[in-house]
Amino acid sequence: MDRRFFIKTSGAALAGSVAPMFPLSAFAADEIVVGSVHDLSGGLDIYGKPMVDAMMLAIEEQNALGGLLGKKLRLASYDPQSNMQLYAQFAQQAALKDKAAVVMGGITSASREVIRPVLDRSKTPYFYNTQYEGGVCDRNTFCTGVTPAQTVSKLVPYAMNKWGKKVYVIAADYNYGQITSQWVKKFVQDNGGSVASIDFFPLDVTNFGPTISKIEAAKPDMIVSALVGGAHMSFYRQWAAAGLTKKIPLASTTFALGNEHIVLSAAETDGFLISYNYFQNLDTPENKAFKERFYKRFGSDYPNITELASASYQGFKLWAEGVKKAGSLDGEKVIAALESGISIVGPSGKVTIDPETHHCVLNVSIAEIRNKQLNIVKTFQQEKPSDTSAVCNLKKNPKDNQQYVIKV
Amino acid sequence: MDLAIVVFIQVLYAVASLVIISSGLAVIFGMMKVINLAHGEFMMLGAYAVIMSMRLGINLWVAMFIVAPLAVGLVGVILERMVIRRLYGRMVDTMLATWGLSLLLIGVVTSIAGNTTAGVSAPLSSFTIGAYSVSVYTLVIIAVAVGLGLAIRLILLRTQLGLIARGTMQNPNMADALGISPSVVYSVTFAVGAALSGLAGGLLAPLTGVVPTMGGAFVAKAFITVIGGGPAILAGLVSASTLFGSINQLATFITTPVLGEVALLAAAIVMLRLLPQGITGRFFKGTL
Repeated sequence: MDRRFFIKTSGAALAGSVAPMFPLSAFAADEIVVGSVHDLSGGLDIYGKPMVDAMMLAIEEQNALGGLLGKKLRLASYDPQSNMQLYAQFAQQAALKDKAAVVMGGITSASREVIRPVLDRSKTPYFYNTQYEGGVCDRNTFCTGVTPAQTVSKLVPYAMNKWGKKVYVIAADYNYGQITSQWVKKFVQDNGGSVASIDFFPLDVTNFGPTISKIEAAKPDMIVSALVGGAHMSFYRQWAAAGLTKKIPLASTTFALGNEHIVLSAAETDGFLISYNYFQNLDTPENKAFKERFYKRFGSDYPNITELASASYQGFKLWAEGVKKAGSLDGEKVIAALESGISIVGPSGKVTIDPETHHCVLNVSIAEIRNKQLNIVKTFQQEKPSDTSAVCNLKKNPKDNQQYVIKV
Repeated sequence: MDLAIVVFIQVLYAVASLVIISSGLAVIFGMMKVINLAHGEFMMLGAYAVIMSMRLGINLWVAMFIVAPLAVGLVGVILERMVIRRLYGRMVDTMLATWGLSLLLIGVVTSIAGNTTAGVSAPLSSFTIGAYSVSVYTLVIIAVAVGLGLAIRLILLRTQLGLIARGTMQNPNMADALGISPSVVYSVTFAVGAALSGLAGGLLAPLTGVVPTMGGAFVAKAFITVIGGGPAILAGLVSASTLFGSINQLATFITTPVLGEVALLAAAIVMLRLLPQGITGRFFKGTL
């Protein structure tokens, strides 16, 4: 049997065996494709992996309930390998080739800004499920993560009440850190405190010795950290090595998103305060059930179900709710349905889409780190994205399409 | 006053860490003229050696001072035998080959250890000077740098091994004629350079996050230091580290970490314009 013959016959056999079961075109029409563009390799994979896992779980659950509009859902997952060029390419592929009904993805603010115009052009609804600096105003885009007005506005006053009025801010040197540190400053001043200094660090800085001495010289009552990534983790080590963890307390807007509290030792992180929408330790029936399903699907040794995973799960649920309400997959109809103020009860509690900003109204909790666990100390119900709504109103200006840098 | 002492210690620390980061490259690039772009990855391997050893229950100090250099030295021997030895005297080709090696090592470690940040906590506690705390580990780094400098000097000047190594690097054919196998000497020297890089990675593991891509943060600084130092291996290493380390740390104290890095790079550019052969191309001539 020569090669050509083999290919011909086996190809024919394959076509013959498949064709009677699913005529190819009908098969495509019978399923709904959900696009996912999240980094599963490269420097950002610690963030991306839990997000895709959560989406997978959400889709499987939806399919077990009979899918949506009588059709099964399929996840088309792309891995842009922490590379911006691949983000553009894969978003295009998901929208045009897979004809995805919705695309969820993007982790850093830079990757979101790459995907957003691509999906605007193809009129594919886009969900960005990451906590970020706020300000995106685009009718086609829904941001289900928390923004500084929701977290920093709670974290800073709480920490200042506990520790004192003089605050020293350290932040990563890119748009997230720059914008977030301005929010920190605003809330410190609103609360009658003062900011001793704001120091920025490029993402590859590993030597924090001089900074630590400077902080000691400034004698602040507390630190707020918006440091990002693996290199910056050395700050917490050096901070503890200098014996300061016990002297000057610390609150952070980013800590634990990349499971820093598991990598670092308990002595290095005990007492830190953080604030997000979701914590694994949230004590609600919804969260307990969610965790049970999550562990059943991905194993009980899953290190930590992150804020980002919960946001991805909730993002999918919101979209599914929108599709049900619209009774159609048409982008325009789904957006209109989502804009009617749809809400779900997710692992973090009730989540409602704010029609004017396409951000979410949701619960926010403050947690204290103790012995590598994130223990919740206070929960605030139904916080509005007031930072973005100060500048963005998609009901009045549906054609608005930009990211506002909010003047603090 | 206490601030002055703390600043002085921090400057010494910056100089010491440059010496430690660059010593392995000083041997491989300075002595052997191999542009080792995988230098950062050798350090990364050293850091992972420490982490793996800690997981196996080995004492941290043993892991840092013995396991890390030995493991990376061994990797150095293997890579020298397989790749580097075919490229001696072809500087640009070594650059390409070691760049490939660096990508390979990152890939291999990623697939084994995963792309997540690991790390160990800094050992030892801290002491206070006036109102400031200083980690004892900072002093360890300074002591190791001094010890390393002295050891390199002693070995190269006072032992037969050092004499043979220096002679072979200067004129391999003559060494060959005198009955010394250059290939063995090259192999050993490369392994020593790799071991020094491994030691550096191990020592830095408690201070930085350990990820497969961590080498990138160090390789540029190491090259700047070694090239800025010029032809004399040890005098160049120490003088360039002192110059760049002090400038970097003082600028960081006065302004911000960003401007500290800028000051270091600006100093390197100005210095190479004025002293294209490096510091020891003009000063300390004829020293080691």
